[in-house]
Amino acid sequence: MPETTPIIGLEVHVELTTDSKMFCACSADHFGKEPNSQTCPVCLGLPGALPVPNQKAIEATLKLGLALNCCVNLQSHFDRKQYFYPDLPKGYQISQYQHPFCSEGQIILDSGKIIRVERVHLEEDTGKLQHTVESGKKISLIDFNRSGVPLVEIVSYPDIESAAEAKEYLKKIHQIIRAVGVSTADMEKGQMRLEPTVNVQINDETGSHFTPLVEIKNINSFNFAATAIDYEISRQVEQFSKDKKEKTASNKQTRGFDNNRKTTFVQRQKEEAKDYRYFPEPDIPPFVFEVSLIASIKACLPELPENKIQSLVSLGVESKYAKILYTDKSVTDILYHFAKNMPDVNIGKLASFIANKKIRVEGDVYIQYQALTRQRINDQSELEKFIDTVISDNHRAVTDYQNGKTNALGFLIGQVIKVSQCQADPQTVSRLLLEKLGLGQ
Amino acid sequence: MTKNKTISQITTELACKKYSVTELIKEYLDRIKSENPKLNAFITITEKEALQEAQEADKTLSQNPNIFLEKPLLGVPLAHKDLFLTKNIKTTAGSRLLENYLPQYSATVVKKLSKAGAISLGKLNCDAWAHGASGENSDFGPTINPADPTRVSGGSSSGSAAAVAADLVTFATGTDTGGSTRQPACFCGVIGLKPTYGRVSRSGIVAMASSLDSIGHLTQNVYDSALVLETTAGPDPYDATSSNLKVEEYTKLLKKPVEKLKIGIIKEYQDGLTDHDVAGSFALAKSTLEKMNCQIKEISLPHTKYSVATYYIIMPAEVSSNLARYDGLRYGHTRDLFGDEAKRRIMIGTYTLSSGYYDAYYLRAMKVRQLIKADFSQAFADVDIILSPVAPTPAFKLGEKTNDPLSMYLSDIYTVTANLAGIPGIAIPTGKNSSNLPLGVQFLANHFQEAKLFNLAYQFEQHLHA
Repeated sequence: MPETTPIIGLEVHVELTTDSKMFCACSADHFGKEPNSQTCPVCLGLPGALPVPNQKAIEATLKLGLALNCCVNLQSHFDRKQYFYPDLPKGYQISQYQHPFCSEGQIILDSGKIIRVERVHLEEDTGKLQHTVESGKKISLIDFNRSGVPLVEIVSYPDIESAAEAKEYLKKIHQIIRAVGVSTADMEKGQMRLEPTVNVQINDETGSHFTPLVEIKNINSFNFAATAIDYEISRQVEQFSKDKKEKTASNKQTRGFDNNRKTTFVQRQKEEAKDYRYFPEPDIPPFVFEVSLIASIKACLPELPENKIQSLVSLGVESKYAKILYTDKSVTDILYHFAKNMPDVNIGKLASFIANKKIRVEGDVYIQYQALTRQRINDQSELEKFIDTVISDNHRAVTDYQNGKTNALGFLIGQVIKVSQCQADPQTVSRLLLEKLGLGQ
Repeated sequence: MTKNKTISQITTELACKKYSVTELIKEYLDRIKSENPKLNAFITITEKEALQEAQEADKTLSQNPNIFLEKPLLGVPLAHKDLFLTKNIKTTAGSRLLENYLPQYSATVVKKLSKAGAISLGKLNCDAWAHGASGENSDFGPTINPADPTRVSGGSSSGSAAAVAADLVTFATGTDTGGSTRQPACFCGVIGLKPTYGRVSRSGIVAMASSLDSIGHLTQNVYDSALVLETTAGPDPYDATSSNLKVEEYTKLLKKPVEKLKIGIIKEYQDGLTDHDVAGSFALAKSTLEKMNCQIKEISLPHTKYSVATYYIIMPAEVSSNLARYDGLRYGHTRDLFGDEAKRRIMIGTYTLSSGYYDAYYLRAMKVRQLIKADFSQAFADVDIILSPVAPTPAFKLGEKTNDPLSMYLSDIYTVTANLAGIPGIAIPTGKNSSNLPLGVQFLANHFQEAKLFNLAYQFEQHLHA
């Protein structure tokens, strides 16, 4: 059996949640809007229209880059990426090529494995084609509402070796994007789009071989990405066993993902490396960032998921619970509060109760915690004393119960527990109370 | 009544009610009707709109005689190079590809001039997409030089130069990517300004080569040129390359003494002055400056010999990109309506930007461009203004260079350097040759030194006419 190692890189596109588009004042919130209702000369690429960069989008990109442990490049600029497509009104996309805003970051998986981030750059989204039938004729329509929406591209190095690693990497990126607050990254609205590039290293008796690269386009769910990657790995291994074809500079293939069949299919065979004829965008002056600006952005970054989880763990929360609980601020506030002010509370236990929904954080957490942790009073004679007190003090509830209002029982149980200062075991109380009331008849 | 009036004459006479704006505009429109068929300076004449604006201007003027403080160009007839977008008025860029294009918005400069009260009489002919040095690349026929019907008006702002020279308008807008306002101004005998890159907004003007395009104008005299720039210059939120630097009151600085100014003449240009007329015009300019007690100093621009080569790599690269939006899906026409010159530039630009060639061509050209810029900053450490020819010859014959693109490109030799360096320049007439063809020179100044440029050009003009 040959030994196989998948080689996977990920490109992630994220639409930034800014008020206006990347290069004009049109609204960037395009989802579900009437087609072409949010356009202007700039995002329609009309003659004479010039792009003016959105400062907020640039800052958001720097924030995200820093959160992904990247370096901000002190000098960078936009480039024109030139290709023809009907949804690209200028004939080029304003993007970044050799000098992205951020580069060389990393994400650490739970196993400790590092996935390197090659670059984080900013570009503009394209319009959207809609293929439809009008009066029996097949036509294509273009909606430019999305044209010019700020889009960040996060490119990893091909350090990922399995679908599971890919999924974990994507989840972590997703958490960071939302934690930093630069995008709602709603997968269903296409705000985060995934493009894995996959091939496989196969070592057999003849040596080391690399299967041709495959780029899988526009996936919008982590599970789909994992399924597509798994399919692609086995397809490539099988294909290689048949044709022994190896990766060359010119045989990269673009494939789509069919979720119904859980397979990928050929979209385009790249005959040669596509030539986008990049050159620096002359309409936008280059950027020079001050070190102080970067420092202040860094200082203002919110606490990132990884750090939040770590600090919960340091309070004594088990890591599996920390990963569930860190996103809920009301929960973490409680945990920090108890850790600071209630030395008698075991934070690990408290966290596990909350995670397992034994404690409702809306109620009095301390009472619930005590109820769950205190030694229960099961001694019958002691409990009967409490019950007798409650019965003699609550004639009306007793009468109600005896007249058939069964929910009065709950009230009485509660009273007994209260009188016992939450030390009575509710089940025993219930049994004894029923006996007393029933026998009394 | 109004022949060859300058802006300040017109506004003065309108203010003292010598004639009404409507009378003035009618006279210009009449002149256009009689002269334009000979010159082909206009692609579109907007008579109806102009007369309506004139009536409104008359009304404004009758209500507020001090309106000129607010609208310094009130009632002044102008026309725009057909590269300037005019809302709901056909804008062709000189190309059949846009022959029916009605823009949804107006260029910033168009809006500013209109707000200042100037009245547009129409859209002026130009080489298609501003590609050319003769006006002959226009898909709407060449513009004829008012001084000689057998000669070109220069280009690409061909209609602008001819219209101002023939007094079909008092001033006209132009663009200058490699000399396109200065060279036709020189060929037709009017003032052509190329401001500093970024001084005037490019928004709403069909782009030729974005890093070189400079938005200028053509006028009857230097004062008008300064006056118009006071209106058109300034930052624009729609152009990220427009400068925030304060716009000076150029017209108030024209009379500053110039005696001590140091004028540079470029050593490397001296051998190339083979044309008798051009050499004569240059010598006249030099002696005039000496009479003005300016100090003439020879300077060296060692990399200037690479200017044309550098320009003809950077410019087509940007052209190929900027013309991609006319993709055959929009604007009603397909790309085969591009003329030979546009196709030539698209092919050259596509080639030089291709992977494997980018480093050798575009990147290298950008490096040489830096050297050319550095040459100029060094020169301007020594001198205030540079004196230079505008074109190697006076206006040439129609058809003389149409089959020889390279010799056409070489007519840009003295103008492209200013675009590569991004510095301002002004072309100014010096007189006429024995065949009555206009001659001229240009002054160049350092970035954003338009005040100094106008100051010298104004006094030079006074001395020549003294």
